[in-house]
Amino acid sequence: MSERINVPTMQELMAKGESPDVLFWVGCAGSFDDRAKKITKAVVKILHNCGVKYAVLGTEEACTGDPAKRAGNEFLFQMQAFQNIQILNGYEIKKIVTGCPHCFNTIKNEYPGLGGDYEVVHHTQLIQDLINAGKLKVKEGGAFKGKRITFHDPCYLGRANEVYEAPRSVLSRLDAELVEMKRCKSKGLCCGAGGAQMFKEAEPGNKEVNIERTEDALETKANFIATGCPFCNTMMTDGVKNFNKEEEVKIMDIAEMIAMAADL
Amino acid sequence: MSVSGISFVILSVVALSLFVYNSLRIRNNINLGIDVDRSDSFNSRIKTTVLVALGQKKMFKRPISALLHLFIYVAFVITQLELIEIFVDGITGSHRAFRVSLGGLYTLIINSIEIVSVLAFVATLIFLIRRNLLKIPRFTMSEMTGWPKLDGNLILYFEILLICFIFMMNGGDEMLQLENGAESYGFVISSVVGPLLFGGLTPEALHLIEQIGWWGHISMVFLFLNYLPISKHFHILLAFPNVYYSNLRNKGELNNMQSVKKEVSMMFDPSADPYATPAEPANTEEPPARFGAKDVVDLNWVNLLNAYTCTECGRCSSSCPANQTGKKLSPRKIMMDTRDRLEEVGRNYRKHGVGHEDGKSLLGDYITEEEVWACTSCNACVEECPVNIDPLSIIIDLRRYLVMEESKSPSELTTMFTNIENNGAPWQFSPMDRFNWAAEE
Repeated sequence: MSERINVPTMQELMAKGESPDVLFWVGCAGSFDDRAKKITKAVVKILHNCGVKYAVLGTEEACTGDPAKRAGNEFLFQMQAFQNIQILNGYEIKKIVTGCPHCFNTIKNEYPGLGGDYEVVHHTQLIQDLINAGKLKVKEGGAFKGKRITFHDPCYLGRANEVYEAPRSVLSRLDAELVEMKRCKSKGLCCGAGGAQMFKEAEPGNKEVNIERTEDALETKANFIATGCPFCNTMMTDGVKNFNKEEEVKIMDIAEMIAMAADL
Repeated sequence: MSVSGISFVILSVVALSLFVYNSLRIRNNINLGIDVDRSDSFNSRIKTTVLVALGQKKMFKRPISALLHLFIYVAFVITQLELIEIFVDGITGSHRAFRVSLGGLYTLIINSIEIVSVLAFVATLIFLIRRNLLKIPRFTMSEMTGWPKLDGNLILYFEILLICFIFMMNGGDEMLQLENGAESYGFVISSVVGPLLFGGLTPEALHLIEQIGWWGHISMVFLFLNYLPISKHFHILLAFPNVYYSNLRNKGELNNMQSVKKEVSMMFDPSADPYATPAEPANTEEPPARFGAKDVVDLNWVNLLNAYTCTECGRCSSSCPANQTGKKLSPRKIMMDTRDRLEEVGRNYRKHGVGHEDGKSLLGDYITEEEVWACTSCNACVEECPVNIDPLSIIIDLRRYLVMEESKSPSELTTMFTNIENNGAPWQFSPMDRFNWAAEE
């Protein structure tokens, strides 16, 4: 289960004269944040074990520019975008899977206007495809058997790009009960991290957004809060800790849950 | 032409001219916005307009208020049919000009008007109670005091009056008809309401009631028409173009600023000569473009159309995570501020000439930086708006101005910018460590 996977980089593939079917865009959180790295490794396990021909950019990857753009720094965003597009186009990338809805949104919607045209999918969409194609099999029983799972819609996957079905379809494969929060799908409440809020203190108010959202999640009496975004994951983890519920309620990315349930 | 005919024509001409004048003023204000191309995708724009504006699809996310709103909306639309006859009668002096020629169809139309009017009456009463007696947060937020509160109530009072006049007109007329020994009009509501309210009155009194109803009705229509341009209620007209011209792309997509693209692409173009003179001589009359928006004239015309379309329902603010957790940001206030400032700029321009500076601006005098920085860009406000208003794009443009023109951002964000610039990540990690995760256990 914990065999070390040799993650191929584009540079290596290029040297061998090969090209991947899909580029895995790891993202900053997935590369540097200790918690998010586990999500990255789960995605890699899935890609590797399902025989997907993939590669990463490794040290050639850089921030998509999403937080800069949403914080109003269009110059910095476009500088990042042009750099990344040059690299992606240089490797003739056709399809990208991202581990983060913010990277997903930016590359999918904002890069085409700057010369970067790719088919972009979120990792939950790729997992759904792999399951549907019979390449990824979730085992009966396991850690999620009889448990309650609630899915927190990331704004940049849900409202921003109207991907509501893929994460739910994937979760429905687990031997568990999927329960919805009172605010879900297009009405889902933000975790509080978007629009560059992740990197600053919130403005004065009477509550933190992640606490408000965690209350929604706790109300469902779920054992697991499923996420599809490393930032939501951080915010919800902090929220659950705030209520001292970290023993009863676990926050996991869908990729981690599937990797676990498929015994990868 | 009779005296009343002449009075009617004068009243109509004055009311319509005033309305056209004020509407053109608003159109001119909207045109102060910078250009944005929304001439694409005709078919999907029409489809969206039919579903969202005409069909009120997004309203039904809150079914009860949507249904009540639908009653008023349908009553408003159907009553316009009767207005045609009122105009004909008013000018020619005829009485119910289409009754004989339309026959059964006429009774059907008036009956429909009467039924939906009763439904609208009930809905209006419930709305008044909801607005004033129930403590619903979205109607009691800080921006909903003073004029906005009065505005909301006035519209409802007007509607109550308008409906009362309709039944005075039809009820009085019904009684007169019976007095004259003719058979009942057979209108479903007024044949009941008439005898109930006006039974036993003299023919003179009945005639007076009918006339007050008739003149009251048309006067309310004209008053209402001219109230629209100074009220949030202008949404009944602007909702349609507003939805038509709304952003149809994925909500997550923010526009790539073309002015920035030009400069950045030059930096990445190895063959570009930074010292070359511009291919076209710079147009000296054009003021240098500002990055982002400081004032309403820096916003695009769709933003400004949005501002005039907003009817202050507050669904945006009641779904905004920042607002719900006590932050100052309220997307509705962003729209109201934009409209109020645009009205002010429009007045200044008309008085002192286009481009007049009054030393004030949208950012600072109306919207504070604290509000601008509280947004999580989650798009809940955009999703909620029943007429596709987009407060987020205004917030982002205000941020762009702050960051790119004034280098003003919360210090943590400045650090984040520096990190992205130097390390290619929002945190202070070496770009060379970016792939370390693959080697870690």
